[in-house]
Amino acid sequence: MATIDFKGKTYEVDEDGFLAGGLADWDEGWVDYVKDIEGIPVVGDEHWKCVNFLQDYYKKNGIAPMVRIFSKVTGYPLKKIYELFPSGPGKGACKMAGLPKPTGCV
Amino acid sequence: MAGPAKKFRPDQMGYYNKAEVSRVNYKPPLEDWMDTKPEFKIGNFIYPAKSKNLLYVGLPNPREWAPMDEDWKLPENWKEILLEGIAERLEKYRSFRLFMDICVRCGACADKCHFFIGGGDPKNMPVLRAELLRSVYRKHFTTAGKILGRMAGARDLTYDVVKEWFFYFFQCTECRRCSVFCPYGIDTAEITIIGRELLNLIGLNVNWVLEPVANCYRTGNHMGIQPHAYKEMTEFLLEDAEAITGVKIEPDFNRKGAEILFITPSGDIFGDPGTYTFMGYHILFHYLKSMGLDLTWSTYASEGGNFGLFTSHEMMKRLNAKMYAEAKRLGVKWILGGECGHMWRVINQYMGTMNGPADFLEEPVSPITGTKFENANSTKMVHICEFTADLIKHNKLKLDPSRNDHITATFHDSCNPARGMGFFEEPRYVIKSVCNKFYEMPENTIREQTFCCAGGSGLGTDEMMEMRLRGGLPRGNAVQYVHEKHGVDHLACICAIDRATLVTLCNYWAPQVTVTGTHEMVGNALILDGEQKRTTDLRGRPLKGMEEEADV
Repeated sequence: MATIDFKGKTYEVDEDGFLAGGLADWDEGWVDYVKDIEGIPVVGDEHWKCVNFLQDYYKKNGIAPMVRIFSKVTGYPLKKIYELFPSGPGKGACKMAGLPKPTGCV
Repeated sequence: MAGPAKKFRPDQMGYYNKAEVSRVNYKPPLEDWMDTKPEFKIGNFIYPAKSKNLLYVGLPNPREWAPMDEDWKLPENWKEILLEGIAERLEKYRSFRLFMDICVRCGACADKCHFFIGGGDPKNMPVLRAELLRSVYRKHFTTAGKILGRMAGARDLTYDVVKEWFFYFFQCTECRRCSVFCPYGIDTAEITIIGRELLNLIGLNVNWVLEPVANCYRTGNHMGIQPHAYKEMTEFLLEDAEAITGVKIEPDFNRKGAEILFITPSGDIFGDPGTYTFMGYHILFHYLKSMGLDLTWSTYASEGGNFGLFTSHEMMKRLNAKMYAEAKRLGVKWILGGECGHMWRVINQYMGTMNGPADFLEEPVSPITGTKFENANSTKMVHICEFTADLIKHNKLKLDPSRNDHITATFHDSCNPARGMGFFEEPRYVIKSVCNKFYEMPENTIREQTFCCAGGSGLGTDEMMEMRLRGGLPRGNAVQYVHEKHGVDHLACICAIDRATLVTLCNYWAPQVTVTGTHEMVGNALILDGEQKRTTDLRGRPLKGMEEEADV
């Protein structure tokens, strides 16, 4: 499995660069790392609102929320989510939150 | 030649220059086909299945490996396993032996595959893709091949051959367009199916297939949605439907004694634009409730799709079993199925004998029209488009097709309902009844000759982007043609994989065209009792003439 070394920490990642160990391996250092690769200048309150919601939802349901729930609960339309996370709700926001990539007919 | 734009990665659409992708190189390599090797690169293969998913369903050889590595960490006796696997399947499936023997390599199928048309790789000619396996069959299972070897088109089963199988059997969407043109009726999809089944014996499988398989085995659906989440997601979508229609819809789950069980793909509850089709189903069922529809949804049989079909016959059977099991548990009379592609191939071609007979169910009869669906006598399962078309034919639905006047539609025949069950008229009848503007794509791209979305059979993932875009060229070209000729701006379909993969395809090849489900359009047009004045469609887009009034 590929590993990422970032600021003295090592993270195992899958082929898409998602945190292989999921939430168990997630920490703020990971957020910092995803910020860099996503080209996000500063992780602000709006990013944290997304990350916190995604993690809470995942803990309760074992999956990422559908985009429409994500959008409605945070109050951010999809366009805004793309502004916050240039790779989008899945490959940007879910990655930062330490969630796995959704698979299936999606 | 300009290189790819730097800001994009090979798993992103923007990486691929459209003009370059459009110039397909059909010139075959100079070497004999047996001497060429595939070049694995991001964009043309799918990441291997994660160990946890193999372990979950008990498939062999769970490990970490990568197709771009030299060593694929196969079991020591991989060759023996594969040869035994072929022998077993030659006995078990008469079609497989027949298809191995009868091909005369006439080439009628050669230019019918979307991956060959858009990619130009000769090994994506269906005849040659099948030959990858057929050559090994000759060498190890026929006298001529054993004696004459390469002269008889035979070759030994080597490590490189296995890699080639993995590459090309996961560059086939099992769409069966090639089989339409085969004078012998060889179904190349069945060869791919067997090819993948063999690869699974030694732990060569892809995560985009195996994760849905493992999820499906655990929770009943591909997405891994648990019952409480399924209920919540439904309620969420119905709140949106209420905001648009003004009508509150009460969902119905796991109710014993209901007359009908409804099963549809989980992609439609999870991902846009499938969610709008999901809302359309609920609007229709709500409408019919007062007319006598007694229907329930299951949070266990919560998946119509079956990625077992892309793994092995055994896995397909295992995952499909929940449909009848749940129908029996709930005591329903028959099953209604949603808009899904490969689900209907499994149902129509396998389920009756594989998991049946469903003698505890009854011949499906529409409770609204009294129509007997005799064609569904063996499976006891009816397609939603057939059900809705029958309602419309009997004048049971109050429809306002002008509520789809902001849409100019064409219809993409999903490969499996089209070629797997000859399902052509019903969806068209429904669409034309709910939408005033409809235009067909050219005739060699629709009905039984329909072109694949290039993401079916578990290939619809982003790391496969180059092949998806290349393979999407024929369909995209036909969509762009009707866009330019007739102003078509919506591509309607009846498949959840389509709703996921055609979005990317259209964004690339026909960027002014939006993908829609068929029952989404039904939901727009259906006039509910007590509804408010509709100003938007189910997506919240203003209806034609309502641009001022719509609060969007």
